[in-house]
Amino acid sequence: MSENNSSSKRFHILLTIAVTAAIAVGLYFYSTVAMNPHVSKSPTVSRYEHFWLPGSNSTYAPEIDSMFNIIMWITMVVFVLVEVGLVYFLWRYRHKPGRKALYTHGNNKLEIAWTIVPAVILVFLAIFSNSLWSEIRDPAKFPKNAPVIRIAPRQFEWDITYPGPDGKFDTPDDVGTINQLYLAVNEPVQIRLNAQDVIHSFFVPEFRIKQDAVPGMQTAVWVTPTKMGDFNIACAELCGAQHYRMMGYVHIVSHDSLASWLKSQAPAPAPAAAPDTTKAK
Amino acid sequence: MSTIVLPAEIKKASQNGHAAHAHHELSFVRKYLFSTDHKMIAKQFLLFSMFFLLVGGMLALIVRLQLGWPDHQSGFFQFFAKIWSSIFGKEVFAFNKETGMYGMLDNFYNSAFTMHATFMIFFAVMPFLMGTFANFLIPLSIGAGDMAFPKLNMASFWMAVLAGLLMLTAFFVKGGAAAGGWTSYPTLSAVPDYSGVIWGQNLWLISLLCSGISSLLGAINYITTVVNMRCPGMSWFRLPLVIWAIFITAVLLLLAVPVLASALILLLFDRTIGTSFFIPTGLLSAGSPLTGHVGGGQVLLWQHLFWFFGHPEVYIMILPAMGLASELLSNFSRKPIFGYKAMVLAIAGIAVLGFFVWGHHMFQSGMNPLLGTTFMISTMVIAVPSAIKTFNWLGTVWGGNVTFATPMLFGLGFVSMFVIGGLSGIFMASTPVDIFIHDTYFIVGHIHYVLFGGSVFAIFGGLYFWFPKMFGRMMNEKLGKIHFWIAFLSFNGVFFPMHILGIGGMMRRIYDYTQYPHLVRFQGMNEFMSVCAYILGFSTLLFIFNFFWSMFKGKKAETNPWHSNTLEWTLANPIGHGNFPEMPHVFRGPYEYSAPDCPEGMDYYPQNMPPPGWGEAK
Repeated sequence: MSENNSSSKRFHILLTIAVTAAIAVGLYFYSTVAMNPHVSKSPTVSRYEHFWLPGSNSTYAPEIDSMFNIIMWITMVVFVLVEVGLVYFLWRYRHKPGRKALYTHGNNKLEIAWTIVPAVILVFLAIFSNSLWSEIRDPAKFPKNAPVIRIAPRQFEWDITYPGPDGKFDTPDDVGTINQLYLAVNEPVQIRLNAQDVIHSFFVPEFRIKQDAVPGMQTAVWVTPTKMGDFNIACAELCGAQHYRMMGYVHIVSHDSLASWLKSQAPAPAPAAAPDTTKAK
Repeated sequence: MSTIVLPAEIKKASQNGHAAHAHHELSFVRKYLFSTDHKMIAKQFLLFSMFFLLVGGMLALIVRLQLGWPDHQSGFFQFFAKIWSSIFGKEVFAFNKETGMYGMLDNFYNSAFTMHATFMIFFAVMPFLMGTFANFLIPLSIGAGDMAFPKLNMASFWMAVLAGLLMLTAFFVKGGAAAGGWTSYPTLSAVPDYSGVIWGQNLWLISLLCSGISSLLGAINYITTVVNMRCPGMSWFRLPLVIWAIFITAVLLLLAVPVLASALILLLFDRTIGTSFFIPTGLLSAGSPLTGHVGGGQVLLWQHLFWFFGHPEVYIMILPAMGLASELLSNFSRKPIFGYKAMVLAIAGIAVLGFFVWGHHMFQSGMNPLLGTTFMISTMVIAVPSAIKTFNWLGTVWGGNVTFATPMLFGLGFVSMFVIGGLSGIFMASTPVDIFIHDTYFIVGHIHYVLFGGSVFAIFGGLYFWFPKMFGRMMNEKLGKIHFWIAFLSFNGVFFPMHILGIGGMMRRIYDYTQYPHLVRFQGMNEFMSVCAYILGFSTLLFIFNFFWSMFKGKKAETNPWHSNTLEWTLANPIGHGNFPEMPHVFRGPYEYSAPDCPEGMDYYPQNMPPPGWGEAK
């Protein structure tokens, strides 16, 4: 085991140089490749230059982000402490001729401490998480009287239905669109999901919302958009060969614009084929 | 410290194993193919797992090829596609005559990541840990002559081979291999019309059933052997931690695999004989009602069954790796493991809690949000024993006399990467944060930190460590160190950015993320990750080369090259059939490094070395 001859020492120096060089090359490569300008494929909606959370656009998005940040800080501190501790110990207690390792089987007080401290932090996180979770997910806490929109995704598109002026579904005045969801800014809305074939997942990164749409059962989410603009609906659950193309759009507009859009989409008396003019290519 | 065991007890115990087996020559078939010797079966599992590690790795590189260069314009993509197509045929890349360029088929991409995960989980990591190390280490470390049921052991291996062949066959049937993700959620996996995959999915199900039988046979054997065949003096709390981990993992397998098996059978029935366990009423296919299924099934039922197995499965793949890492850290720090009993309790705690957290995979599935709360709490709690283990590893290194042989580097790599994998898990445990990061690359980063940075690094460390006992030769240290550093750096280069992709909102299982405007910015980062993935693949080839080269040309190993305490290192190479010429007798725990009462000139105290004056007492 102990081959402390000069050839092994030379090998270690070379290895250190190689590793350092590899990190340097990697960083250089990263800084050039990762930052290169990208060719725009679809110029319409939300694009970001930074590598972090997308813009936030719902009442609960900032709360989810701050929960995320709390966990980020806690885990960051633990990460740094553990890894720095590990590296320090490895350096401090590296093999030296004549060194004798400490003979100990552990310390019960320490065991109790590092059981209780993480447990307390985690329970604290669970409690904080849960109040936000129930705010978003608890059906009893959904905004009262929020208008309802139905989305019935299928391979590979979002089939969206508004109840129309009478406020009821499955009546002749229902307004249907494909892949184009219009919502009014600052107004809560409830979205009921029910997949027609396989599981899809309704994901709008800016809303910070994701909910599976399941065949054979109904799921629901609510959202109050806070900013106007155009964003993407992504399918977040593998749903077949062209899962990656199952992209929809959500347009956050003013109350009045939504009303006039709905009017423009109102089905003609003969509801047979209302061409969807806004459909994406 | 040392309990005196009566000679009568020794006699009784020696009837258990076949310690006193006479040496006899076996035919080639009995020795290398249908062997009942646990050491040979361990080596068979080793080659099996290595083969599938390469197959799974190849598929990973295909996935990374697509993700790195989704527009297919890069010269590297075209070069790779051309070479691949000329060797393996046209199932992966389609040649476009107009542009004169290759492109990847989107359905093959789905098959590629599905089969990558399936091979890595069921045919590489599991057989490495619960085939190779379990088989090799259990009898040798507890002082037994072989497994309790050697023929069952053989059956377990050949069942795994059958499963592997079936899974490979799936690539050659019409419709291609399974493409519904390794989780195979119905109805995508239940109705062939939805995925276009016909026999590929059936073969996936049948193959996993066979693999499950293999695991069950192994688990029964391991549990029986550890309970009944420990040599005199080998009390429960003198077992090496890796044996504890494997033992508890075997119990997990025994409880979890039957649940998977039932789910697999139900899904197979849905696909083949027209049942509708997972297929609800009223489905549409291409605009018209789906025919051929009565309906009335529950889509979420599969997810509950699958994850009831699937989450313990995660621990099945990490607990033995934790055991391996514990051995390495203690040995190369020349120091007893810190908090041995706390470590055992933590493993047991993880195992028990592991059955109460499956719902955290289903926070966004439509499951009742109240259940989400329950599973969040249990998930937060299960992080505690993992934290305990990590702190104990730090405690083990603290105050040690640390040398950095290759196995130790991988052991340390395990600890430092597992920390990242564990901490990133807290993000997902928090239900509201999970709403955003669920099904994004954050999850993919997390599992790879646990499964690659964790399990696979520990497996590499374990192989470098026990190679001398398996093959009587040392692996090359220099190549080993180069392997470690390339693997460690490129691993982080591939998988760390995945967290950033996830935070940026990139969904997993996406063939072409540049379709989404908010993801176009990540093309460069993905390219960087793909380059790192190819370097990582190269480092694995270095390992394979080192492995086979050392098997024949490596330096001859001493009996105990790492100055270890456990029983396997007391046996001269090569270990004969029946392992122990005489029934060993254990006097102390496995981690007596640098103990004050160590024999003169040694900083270790082998488990079977009698204390001074023993034997004179009577």
